[in-house]
Amino acid sequence: MSIDAPAKVTPPARKITTKPRVSDQIFRGIVTTFSFSALLILSLIALFLLLKGFATFKSQGLGFITGFEWSVTQDEAGKEVTVFGLQAMLIGTVVISFVALFIAVPLSVLTALFLTFYAPERVKKILVTIVDLMAAFPSILYGLWGFFVLMPMAEYWAKLINKWLGWIYIFDVPQPVFSRSPFIAGIVLAVMIIPIITSVSREVFSQTPLDRIQAAYALGATKWGMIRAVVLPFGAGGVVGGSMLGLGRAFGETVAVYSVLNIVFRTNFQILFTQGGNVASMIIQKWGEAAQSEISALMAAGLVLFILTLIVNFLANYVVTRAVKSGR
Amino acid sequence: MSPTSKKSTVVPTRPWAASPKDRALTALSVGLSVLTTVLIVALTPMKGKLAYFFLFFITWFAIDSIFVGRKAGSKGVKDSLAAKVTLFGGVIVSMAVFSILWATISNGVKGLNLAFVTQNMREASLFDPIGKGGILHAILGTLMLIVIAIIFSVPMGILTALYLTEIKGRAAGLIQFLVQAMSGVPSVVAGLFIYAAIILNTPLRSSAFLGGLALTILMVPTVTRTAQEVLNLVPRDLREAGLAMGATQWKTVALVVVPAARSGLITATILGVARIAGETAPLLFTVGVFDSYNFNPFKGDSGTIPTVVWAGLMGGTPESIQRAWSAILVLLVVVLIMFVAARAFGSKQPKR
Repeated sequence: MSIDAPAKVTPPARKITTKPRVSDQIFRGIVTTFSFSALLILSLIALFLLLKGFATFKSQGLGFITGFEWSVTQDEAGKEVTVFGLQAMLIGTVVISFVALFIAVPLSVLTALFLTFYAPERVKKILVTIVDLMAAFPSILYGLWGFFVLMPMAEYWAKLINKWLGWIYIFDVPQPVFSRSPFIAGIVLAVMIIPIITSVSREVFSQTPLDRIQAAYALGATKWGMIRAVVLPFGAGGVVGGSMLGLGRAFGETVAVYSVLNIVFRTNFQILFTQGGNVASMIIQKWGEAAQSEISALMAAGLVLFILTLIVNFLANYVVTRAVKSGR
Repeated sequence: MSPTSKKSTVVPTRPWAASPKDRALTALSVGLSVLTTVLIVALTPMKGKLAYFFLFFITWFAIDSIFVGRKAGSKGVKDSLAAKVTLFGGVIVSMAVFSILWATISNGVKGLNLAFVTQNMREASLFDPIGKGGILHAILGTLMLIVIAIIFSVPMGILTALYLTEIKGRAAGLIQFLVQAMSGVPSVVAGLFIYAAIILNTPLRSSAFLGGLALTILMVPTVTRTAQEVLNLVPRDLREAGLAMGATQWKTVALVVVPAARSGLITATILGVARIAGETAPLLFTVGVFDSYNFNPFKGDSGTIPTVVWAGLMGGTPESIQRAWSAILVLLVVVLIMFVAARAFGSKQPKR
């Protein structure tokens, strides 16, 4: 009994190549194409807002940034006269955002330090959940809360500040009306940006090199001494970057600000007084009854806001990336 | 455990842990501070919750510093002060969150009833008492928007994440940068963009479809970044094993990497949805406001929960504000459920 040996078939030698298979080429092609969607979307936003806002940029020139007035009127001949100047709103945006940063940054850094170095494990878990939850609240909820819950309290705080610090120009008021002020909008924004600043700061703090921490302890530092000598210098970049991310978010916030702020087209540095504005909420406010020419101006305002937030975000990401990288 | 002894009988001691005496002192200082605070509030013109809160912390800082100072000197005082001040920061942040949650729940439940989630507002005006009319149309509208946004943004986000983690092409740095920049696009700009690009240029008018497009812009960065994180968690060994078995990169990604990261990718989607569910500003430009059912995503305005809240807030009557609170409660419950679901899926993730 014998078994016929199967005929030996030698397959032809496979060509060794670094060229990917067709399926891989297709895969890579599709993924790469889709990955450029971010670029596509960002450029389309800039393009279309520029196209639709071009008429305004052309007619107003630089006055669109530096002008004070925003009006659509008709002259004797019945011709439409438009003056659009964003300055009051741009300054308002910056004022509110800085009030927000002034409140949010210390609180966030303290919270981040507490979470990283002081909190017991269980408290830490709960607090991290709370901070994450804050980031998930819809902005209209902040608006509602700001208007009905925070405003009565904050009005009282504003009166106190005005009473004791009223001699400083920004805490002075022309009339004693304290509701719907940039101060209150700033507090609402502060609550909204606390989660982002906290989480970025926490990430950087937790990357502090352990050897340096232990070196500080070995030299006899208390916990606070260690934080001041090691953690804060190390994490400063992250805190700055996180604050700028928060600033970018504060610049673009619309609904929450619109709910609590009395939007008046006037440059106002007196943060306790009931007038102010920011570009985003102004767009919402003017949108409802906007004429055709005004829509173009609002598109232009949107473009200005877009570029502003883009610049802040670019800088922030640069700072954060550098801060986080230096820890590795 | 030393290698010679079979079973260690040594109970680890923690000499740094608080002794009963320390605990008693802590309790004493807290108790004294509470007492002093109450006294100060009773005797001076400073009144209110704010006064209680700040005075308590200030007196506590002071009294405890004396106790610590006797034991550990000025450095110890600074150290314990720092610990208390950071605690103070954490407490303020949590108070804000609990205030928001409490306000929403206590105000929201008053307006909740069966009609509120089973009817629409067609027959009810802003002034009608609670019990007539509801927000079912808005719930359905928001669901429709979410589905549309998922259809567009999940493939876009996951493919971008795959590019950043699997292909790591030459443009990876640039794409990463752009995705981060995109996450900072203000929501109002997303709405304006859809209006400028589509409503002003094509016959399409405001509809759920356009709203979904606007929300896609806001959702893509969240999905991309989370997906990227979970794809990075998939061990290199798995990829290398796949390639070593002779699979092409496409097969490895499709049959190994993505299935391994599946629950994480679901988390990414949920987080993206949580990010957009409450967006209001873009909807005002692209979806409009409507008080009844509209099941056609391509034609006509739709009601959505955020715009119902918005309209209620702007309506200004007690009934409309009550509806706004109840609607935001419904939205918050939805967001909370997604939040918990995202955590549940996310905690399954590290499969090592």
